This record gives sequence, structure tokens and C-alpha cells, in this order.
Amino acid sequence: MLDDKILFGYTGLFNSPNEIIRAAEKVSDAGYKKYDVNTPYPLHGMNSAMKLPPSKLGYAALIFGLSGMLAALAIMYWVAVIDYPLIIGGKPFFAFPAFVPVIFEVTVLSASIATVLTMISIFFKFPNISHPLHDTDYMKAVSSDKYGICIQADDAIFNETEVKNLLEKLNAHEIKPIYYDDNEIKHKNTVFEPRFLILLLFVALITAGATYFAMNKLLYAVPFNWMETQEKLNVQESSVFFSDGFGMRNPVDGTVSRGNLPYQFNGNPEAASTYLKNPLFPDDKNISIGKAKYDTYCSPCHGYFGEGNSRMRGQFPNPPTLHSEKVRNWKDGSIYHVIVDGQNIMSSYASQLTYQERWAVVLYIRVLQRSLNAMESDLE
Amino acid sequence: MNTENHKVDYVKKEIPSKIKKIGFVLTVIGLLFIILAYISNPVRSGFNNIILLMFLSSIGVGSLFLVALEYLAGSVWSTPFRRISEFMSATLIILPIVALPAYFYLHDLFHWTHVESLDELLQAKAGYLNIEFFSIRTIAFFAIWIVFFLFLIRNSFKQDKTFEQNLTKRNIKISAVFMPFFIFTVTFFSIDWIMSLEPHWFSTIFGVYYFSGTVLAALAILTLIVVPLNEKGYLVKGLVKDHYYSLGALMFAFTNFWAYIAFSQYLLIWYANLPEETFWFLQRWEGGWIYLSIGLILVRFLIPYIGLLSQPSKMNPKRLIKMSAWILFAHFFDLFWLIMPTYGKGEFVFGWIELGFPVFAAGVLIIIFTYFAGRFNLVPSGDPKLKRAIDFRL
Repeated sequence: MLDDKILFGYTGLFNSPNEIIRAAEKVSDAGYKKYDVNTPYPLHGMNSAMKLPPSKLGYAALIFGLSGMLAALAIMYWVAVIDYPLIIGGKPFFAFPAFVPVIFEVTVLSASIATVLTMISIFFKFPNISHPLHDTDYMKAVSSDKYGICIQADDAIFNETEVKNLLEKLNAHEIKPIYYDDNEIKHKNTVFEPRFLILLLFVALITAGATYFAMNKLLYAVPFNWMETQEKLNVQESSVFFSDGFGMRNPVDGTVSRGNLPYQFNGNPEAASTYLKNPLFPDDKNISIGKAKYDTYCSPCHGYFGEGNSRMRGQFPNPPTLHSEKVRNWKDGSIYHVIVDGQNIMSSYASQLTYQERWAVVLYIRVLQRSLNAMESDLE
Repeated sequence: MNTENHKVDYVKKEIPSKIKKIGFVLTVIGLLFIILAYISNPVRSGFNNIILLMFLSSIGVGSLFLVALEYLAGSVWSTPFRRISEFMSATLIILPIVALPAYFYLHDLFHWTHVESLDELLQAKAGYLNIEFFSIRTIAFFAIWIVFFLFLIRNSFKQDKTFEQNLTKRNIKISAVFMPFFIFTVTFFSIDWIMSLEPHWFSTIFGVYYFSGTVLAALAILTLIVVPLNEKGYLVKGLVKDHYYSLGALMFAFTNFWAYIAFSQYLLIWYANLPEETFWFLQRWEGGWIYLSIGLILVRFLIPYIGLLSQPSKMNPKRLIKMSAWILFAHFFDLFWLIMPTYGKGEFVFGWIELGFPVFAAGVLIIIFTYFAGRFNLVPSGDPKLKRAIDFRL
């Protein structure tokens, strides 16, 4: 017997689950409290054999599960009701049924994480990661095919010879004492020492700084600058090339872009009436284009049939009817002029309608007018 | 074959005749009330009759499901309790008789039977919802259940005397065939008899909803019978709290499952907010029904949930008896909530007419149990798993 070593406990090995359960029953009947059973896999019936009380871990799960539940509810309430209320799908801000799945998930998540953390920190006494049974032949045996029991020396009724006799009586093999390792006793946890914490802080700072440098500086060094600067003028940029310093230029005076002839009769309806002729042939295709555009852009104020019954619910004054004698006698050019130039409070629709479409709308207005004031010749 | 190794000492004790008398009295009282109810208000009684039918079907087919599940899963702990589930699955035999009175009032109960005044939607559904096909389906469901019941139970009873291990193997095969049938029959049975009461309404999860209640009811009646029997020593010796724990845990699990399914059904309908779906819940949110709807959460989920949450409560015989009785009540409550608002149309209905049906159900279940308990062993004493089952520990 080595007197200079401190005894942790006595271990014994068994060959079958039935033997170990019987042994656990006998050891707990003998009044031992501080002992443990190590098996390669969980054994049914071990709880009652060792007379273990129900685990307290459930309370941690309950407390953290409830806190997770309340936290999820509070966050969603704050976000969706107080801080940024948005109507989603016509539901109330506090849309409880929509919250329930999230509450459920957060409850389960926080309960399970908290259970594992509680188990590690309280029951396994983290950050202590050493145990006298580590690296023993006993632990190797119970990790493969043996079933072991270990009675600890700090038990109130522990007595070396009695424990040895008990294990022998139970037919245990390889009854061995386990001693605390010297290094283990002298070992101190360095995790909370200031030196270690400062080291951690340094590592954190260096890692964060290096990451920042790599992500924000190195990655943007030429030529890997993600094409952020290019040898061309972007919009709104200044330029030293031009004398006024502007990068963006106006087109040269008199430039005409393709398909966009400038309108030459602005503010001059008489001239428009005289000189403009409808270039479109009144066929089905052109009239249906005119109807589509009229229904989209003109009908909100003029009404679908041109009689001026606005759908704008009085937000604008109703325009006069298009069926009046005056408008019916207008030339196509006058109507075209009103579309392009606007009239009274009607603004220009030049940007909404293309050249072709404007004339198509004129055609359609003619059709509408004809529908209310048909000529007798139409009957033929 | 050596059958000595797995034999278990089992001495049968007779159930006191008092219980049989109670069952008989309850049945007669219930039956009298039902007849009076049918005389005074046949349509309302018809709706109650559907509740009764769905309740007894739950217990019958749910118990058969538990028996088949034990064979398929090869579970050991439940073997000493299996015989009680087998007894209770005999409820299936009386289902056609229970369905018959409702069948006479089909026109008053099911709106879709009025072929002459169907709207466009119901006309489109008429290929499924018509009296002929409905009757064929109902008869087929009953027939399928009773056939599987007879096969499974006969083998199990035979094993008591012959100790043949082959019978277990045969029952495993029968159970495997039964399972797909079970899924489809229970789903369509619930669609036919509950969902089609409001033929415009549909919920794709409804079959699962009824299934969750069915398994709960079967588990509850099993627990309600098994725990007092074992406490008084009618079953084999050696059954301990570990066996109770499994029963309690299953009831707890299916309580959660029910809540999950019920909430899923509600959430989707609430989210989509389509008038053709929401009216069903709105109907249960009017008049007195709102209290029933809120009460359902309490009765069916919160009370059993809290009552069975902790580990000791799942092992406590008194708690288990209370909770299983409560769950049976909750199942009836749930069915009432599902079915009666269609009759009430916004007005809460409850009166003496409703009382006869649950009394009758209780009486009939007691009679079924005592009838079988008088003729057969209370545990499957010939089952090769019984010895291992008694040794089961958590």
C-alpha cells in the first residue's frame, strides 16, 4: 500500500448486466451513497437498483424553457406591436396565433441548450475536466465490454477492508483501488487566472483586428477592389476633364433622339389644328390600341365613354364631355394637341403615350363620338 | 418447442359482479334517456347519436390500433396490458347498432343528402358525398375493423391455452396489414361522419385530428381499467411503476400531439382567412360556444398537460386514474364541440337530451369489459413476451 497516495475509491468489474444490477442493489442496500456504476451502454432498471431519486435537471429545463417562452413573446411583442407595427395580412399587430410557432421553437431551443449547459457546468463541474477514473484500466474495460462499479472513499461508511469484502462477495473481478493522480491533486484550474484571461483578451483583440484588416483593407487592395473604382465616369461624379467640373453632360443643342420628334406646336393650338393630320388608318388594330390606352390614361377623368363622369370621386373637377358639338367639330390635330400639350388643369400626357398611341387615342375618341351621334349614312 | 422458460404464474381472479350490475344499470338508464330523447327531439338526438358513435368508435378502433402497434413495434412493457385493449376493441362489434338510429335521420343530419337543393360546390362533391357511397363506405369500415378484430383477438386468446409462439408471428403479420387499413378507414370515417356535417368546410388535417383523439381515448380507457386492476392484484405480480410510467408518458405525448394538430388546423385557417374555411371556427365562436372553444384548450390540453408533466405524476396510480378519466371526458367534450354547433347554428345547446348518451357509453363499455373479463384471462398469459414484460424497467 502506497501511503503517500490518496485513495479515491475501489473498483470492481462484472461480466453481465444482470450481475451489475444485482451488485448495484446490494451496494445501495449496504448503505453506500457515494458510488457510481459505469457501463458501456445505458441499462434498464439501473435507476431503481441504485435507488436514484428523479433527476433535478428537469427543473433547469422548466425554468429556462419558461424564460425562453416569455423572452420570445416579449421580443415579438416589442417588435411587432411597439417598435415597428406593420399590418401583415390584415392581422392585428398582436397576432398571437402567428407568434405561437416561434414561441414553441424558442421554448424548446432554450430548454434544451440550458439543460446541456446546466449538466456540464453544475453536474460535471466544468471547467474541471479531470477525474481520477480517467486513464485507468477500469475505464478502458467499462468502455468496451465490462460492467463496473466504483465505491468512493469519501463515503461516510467507507472502510477499505469492508468494501473489498463486499466486492469479493459479489464476485467482482479485478478489485482494485484507484488513487488520485499526483499531478491531478496539484493541478490548479488556470481558466480563471488573470494571466489566462488577459491572454484570452489578447487573442480576441488580435483575431478581431486581423479579421477587420483582412475584410476591410486587404480585400479592397488593388487589384482586388471588387471593381469599386473604374476608369470611367459614373453618374453624379465630378470630372477634371470638363471646364465646369461636372461629369454628367447635357446633350448637344438640337439633338433629337430616335423616335422622339420634338413637338413643334407648344402653345399654338391653331397651328396644330391646321397642320397635323392623323397618320393612322382607322382599322381594328389601331382602334383597339386606342381603346386600351384611353381606358388606362383618359378614362379616370373623362369616363369610359367620354361623357366626363369621373371616377376620381370629386378630387378633381369633372372635365367637360367629349361629345359636345365643339369637340366633335374639332380637327384631329386639336385633340392631338390637347393630349400632348394639356389644357386647363389637364396636364401633358406626352410622357405616358407614344406618338403612335396618341393618334390611336384620337381615333378611339372619334369612335366614341360617333357612337352617340351616329349619322344616317351609318345605317346603310 | 420449450415453452416453460417464459411461463408466468397467473391465477385468474373474478371481477366482482357488482361492477357488472353497475354497467347494466347505467346502460338501461342511458337507453331510457336516449329513447325519451328520440321521442322529444329526434334531430338533436341524431347529432348526439353521432357523438356517441364517434366516441365508441374511438375506443374500439383505437384499442385495436394499440394492440396492433404493440405487435408491430415489438414493445415489451405493454404486453401485460394488451388483453384489456383487446377487450375494449370489442366495442367495434356494437358500432353498426349504434350507427343505425343516426342512419334513419340522415336527411336531417347531413345537408348534402338533399340532392334537389345542392349548390354548385356540393354538386361537385356529390360524386363522393351521396347516400349510396356513404353507406357502402360506412359498412366497409365496420366490416374491415371487425374482421381484423376477430383475427387478431382470436389468435391472442388461443395463445393463452396453446402457448404457441407462432401465433405472435402471425399476429405481427396481421397487424402490418391492418395498419394501412387503419389509417385510411379512420381518416375517411371521420371525414364522413364529422367533417361532412358541414359539407362546405374542409380541413386536410382533420383525419389526423380525429386519430389523435382516438389514440388518446384508447390509452385513457386502458389506463383507467389497468391501474385499478393492478393495484387490487387482478393482473400478474411484478408490475411496477415503470409500467405505469410508459402509459402516462404515452398519454402525455398524445395530449401534446392533439394540441399540435389542433393548433396546426386552427393556425392555417386563421392565417389564410378564407371565408369557406373560417365560418366553421366562427360558428364555434358565437353564443355560448365561445366558452366551449376556449374551454377545449383548458380541458383537452392544459389540464392533462400539467397533470402528467412531472415524472412522479406519470407513476402515481391515483393521478393516472384521475387523468385518464379526465381525458375520456375531454374526448367526449371535443366531439361535442366538433359536432353540436352544426345543430345549434350559433346557439349553445345543452340539456337533458345530451345526458343519456355518455351514460349509455359508460354502461356499454363496462358491460363489454365484464363480459370478456368473465370469459378470458386478464393478461395474455401465453404470450412469450410476458416474462420479459414483467422484468421491464426504465
